[in-house]
Amino acid sequence: MNWIDIGTPEDIPLRGARVVKTRLGCVAVFRPAADEVYALADRCPHKGGPLSEGIVHGRAVTCPLHNWVFSLETGAAQGADAGQVETYPLRIEGGRLLLDGAKLALRGAA
Amino acid sequence: MTRNLIIIGAGMAAGRLVELVTEAGGWHITLFNAEPRGTYNRIMLSPVLSGEKTYSEIVTHDDGFYAERGVACRFGERVTRIDREARTVTGASGDVLPYDKLVIATGSEPFIIPLPGHDLDGVIAYRDLEDTERMMGLAAGQRAVVIGGGLLGLEAAAGLHARGVSVTVVHLMGHLMERQLDEAAGYLLRRELVGRGIDIRCSANSKEIKGKDGKVQALILEDGTELPCDLLVMAVGIRPSTGLAKAAGLAVGRGVHVDDQMLTSDADVLAIGECVEHGGQVFGLVAPLYDQAKVAAAVLTGAEAAFVNRETATKLKVTGCDLFSAGDFAEGEDREDIVFRDPGRGIYKRLVLRDNRLIGAVMYGDTGDGGWFHGLIKDATDVSEMRDTLIFGPSFQGGAALDPMAAVAALPADAEICGCNGVCKGQITTAIEGGAGTLDAVRATTKASASCGTCTGLVEQLLAVTLGEAFVLPTAKPICGCTDLTHEDVRRLIKSKPLKSQPAVWQELGWSTPNGCHVCRPAINFYLLADWPLEYRDDPQSRFVNERRHANIQKDGTFSVVPRMWGGITTPDELRAIADAADKYKVPTVKVTGGQRIDLLGVRGVDLPAIWADLNRAGMVSGHAYSKGLRTVKTCVGTDHCRFGTQDSTGLGIKLEKALWGSWTPHKVKLAVSGCPRNCAEATCKDLGIVCVDSGFEISVGGAAGMDVKETEPLGKVATEAEAVEWTIAFVQLYRENAKYLDRPYKWIAKVGLDWVQARVGDAEERARLVAAFALSQSIYQRDPWADLAAPEAARGFAPLADLTLEAAE
Ligand code: SRM
Ligand SMILES: Cc1cc2nc3c(=O)[nH]c(=O)nc-3n(C[C@H](O)[C@H](O)[C@H](O)COP(=O)(O)OP(=O)(O)OC[C@H]3O[C@@H](n4cnc5c(N)ncnc54)[C@H](O)[C@@H]3O)c2cc1C
Ligand code: SF4
Ligand code: FES
Repeated sequence: MNWIDIGTPEDIPLRGARVVKTRLGCVAVFRPAADEVYALADRCPHKGGPLSEGIVHGRAVTCPLHNWVFSLETGAAQGADAGQVETYPLRIEGGRLLLDGAKLALRGAA
Repeated sequence: MTRNLIIIGAGMAAGRLVELVTEAGGWHITLFNAEPRGTYNRIMLSPVLSGEKTYSEIVTHDDGFYAERGVACRFGERVTRIDREARTVTGASGDVLPYDKLVIATGSEPFIIPLPGHDLDGVIAYRDLEDTERMMGLAAGQRAVVIGGGLLGLEAAAGLHARGVSVTVVHLMGHLMERQLDEAAGYLLRRELVGRGIDIRCSANSKEIKGKDGKVQALILEDGTELPCDLLVMAVGIRPSTGLAKAAGLAVGRGVHVDDQMLTSDADVLAIGECVEHGGQVFGLVAPLYDQAKVAAAVLTGAEAAFVNRETATKLKVTGCDLFSAGDFAEGEDREDIVFRDPGRGIYKRLVLRDNRLIGAVMYGDTGDGGWFHGLIKDATDVSEMRDTLIFGPSFQGGAALDPMAAVAALPADAEICGCNGVCKGQITTAIEGGAGTLDAVRATTKASASCGTCTGLVEQLLAVTLGEAFVLPTAKPICGCTDLTHEDVRRLIKSKPLKSQPAVWQELGWSTPNGCHVCRPAINFYLLADWPLEYRDDPQSRFVNERRHANIQKDGTFSVVPRMWGGITTPDELRAIADAADKYKVPTVKVTGGQRIDLLGVRGVDLPAIWADLNRAGMVSGHAYSKGLRTVKTCVGTDHCRFGTQDSTGLGIKLEKALWGSWTPHKVKLAVSGCPRNCAEATCKDLGIVCVDSGFEISVGGAAGMDVKETEPLGKVATEAEAVEWTIAFVQLYRENAKYLDRPYKWIAKVGLDWVQARVGDAEERARLVAAFALSQSIYQRDPWADLAAPEAARGFAPLADLTLEAAE
């Protein structure tokens, strides 16, 4: 693990998302509840929709392009659709958001 | 041999430690406390404040106790230094005392926000008896402001209120006690406290404290609001008291580092209570601190023990506010929520499950089963067997799984079904057996389900149970899977109950999910802002991306930008600014739209605030080409140029667009004004079209030229331009107040009937009301979103949170 400080939870609107740019595409950081955050690849497996622009509800996000719904916890498509979004370890510590750089690097290697 | 044990701090953790160590014997204890007294039950300060208890009732260790156990008390004396080498501590008196073992139990310090004026007299925290006495010193009728809507802040506020003090709570977050409660429970709590007369302001940021002659006078909020007060209580959090330990060179993180034996980095020094950090965790509730005291006592008397942190539960000690929260809502995989709401009785319960185990519970209104749920969480009990009935608590367990019909059938005759009208099951079944075979008939005979309607499902189940095959459950289409109610039901209930926030809708109407879904959220957000323009605040996170970003998202994730061109009229300067923007932001496509304006397609999301700012500078505002709101008002050239024109169609179009822009509507709204019946602006296929004639203006509504093609139908004919504007606004407002979200006007008119619409808009009094209601809403919503979002603070939201492309590769 290689935790990278990317900001504070308050930088993300409640029930919203922000993106983190990486060399291999954007990672969407979601905040479904005040002190709950998740990081997923910002690319819908359907047609590449930016998940960070979707509506966040419960612990899920709806893709803004064609309404596929994904679990923020597992990255799996819900309901009838089949698809999987990569998830990344993210945690809050001392009021900071820490994203696992090791897994991001693996993404590059893969 | 008796050895010397020095304990620094006589708080709740130390109190327990002294009891246990003196029972075992073997130590001579010296107990320092900065407060001029021994241990008392700090958590009971709130009942003292509210007058339900006296201080003497909450003292746990009195002088007699210490004398009996031979404890040397140094109360009112702060320890100023620890010398680990010499194994001594120095007290404020200058005395230096040797120890064989030392226990640090200094608790924590309240956090004081360093606002200008925080050091004025009358600005206090809420931690000890002195603070409590300060609050008790206020007379009825005086004013207090409490910053912080967490556990402590609310206990302070409720206690002050009980003394007749008028209290305002200022809370930074969107709902109360956000650490322990979700929004629904936070909403119920707020409703209760506001109902008592406590003024509560959420999402409110404090800016400075105003004083006079060194005394506090008022709190000023970021938005300029001034809240006068005689006392200001800050209850915004605590910090472990680590100064002494740090100065002594002990390992300190957020708190004093301790291992499972409560030993610090020096084996002769232990630490317990809120001042410690164990396994990355710091503490704020008393239960785990007592466990720590137990472990420390064992270690000091040579026994074996290890501290294990356990789940703690929170209750708010405000009489009449029944809430409970336990466990973990924050991290983890594969969670599931079970939500139960009983709007009639103001009850909300939510359980969080992971891997068939309960990991968190929040309850409001009925917390009787809290202990049982807490037990399930602590024991990590597998709940798969009872999952379906888990939320109903222990009394429902043990039998076969309940199906809803059987549950209704099993209810006793005196079970209340309709909370609003106090109708019980027996009355309803009697009515059904007496011939009331439909929901409406039951409503008419018993009044059940005739008020808020949330028991409709239960009444229908009773019909089904009583009538059997003869009753077919009606299939009115609910908004989405979160509720059984239809759009029409929800609109009606939002107005009649009245409901003014999303958590209020979710709770009072029994939503089955914690906070809705992508289908209901945009609809509810619209209904609330249309019905309560002053009270409700638009929620961007409940909007589809286009309305949140104020631009249409393209299939490649870029956006389109369409500035308004009032009535289709532009100027060379505007065109130049558009051309410059297209160059500057490398816009791949510039297109003239079917709505008489120009579309810049393919703008990158991060460039939006900048291109908007450029267009704003040239005097242009958002064209709302993305909104469920006013889109375009198409016009023809009219009397200014055209040889057939009868009225100034261009001028009227511009007036209408200037009156209506910025308003939100159930679906998009497009208008057109033609200067004569040749109708070059295609007014007769718009949501509202005006065709000018010699004698005035013919207004028609309900046209369509999208997925359906439909000619408009006449709404009325008026003589003057001013009336044409008035009728148009009244029509749009009527549509805003009544239509289902995502119904274009033609679909809505088909449901309510053109006659009804004509009667309403045609009635002078009602028309005036509609125009006034629209004006009120526009006073808030007619703002250029581009200008708002191009402002530096808001524009930041369009940029990435972090850019790791520059990080060195691993
Ligand atoms: C830009 C434009 C096409 C053009 O290049 O001319 C356009 C573009 C879109 N139209 Fe349109 N419509 C445009 C004029 C029209 C017109 C003609 C008009 O307004 O005179 C119609 C038929 C009239 C009507 O509205 O009934 C029209 C009927 C639709 C419909 C069908 C609506 C219906 O109720 O049947 C949709 C779908 C919807 O809104 O749900 C739609 C939706 C869209 C969306 C927003 C699709 C989407 O959700 O992404 C397109 C956005 C493209 C983009 O990325 O910018 N567009 N669209 C026109 C913008 C006008 C403007 O200046 O604001
Ligand atoms: C109003 C209120 C209501 C609360 N309600 C609840 C509740 O409902 N449930 C719950 O679980 N918890 C509640 N708490 C929290 C609970 O009171 C604390 O968790 C608990 O008191 C912490 O115990 P402690 O021994 O670590 O610290 P404390 O009780 O704070 O004791 C530390 C003592 O050390 C003294 N001290 C500090 N530095 C020095 C020094 N250098 N020399 C000498 N003495 C020093 C301080 O004066 C203080 O008396 C509440 C707290 C407050 C203020
Ligand atoms: S409708 Fe046609 S004819 Fe009439 S004024 Fe407009 S352009 Fe002229
Ligand atoms: S691209 Fe996400 S649903 Fe189609």
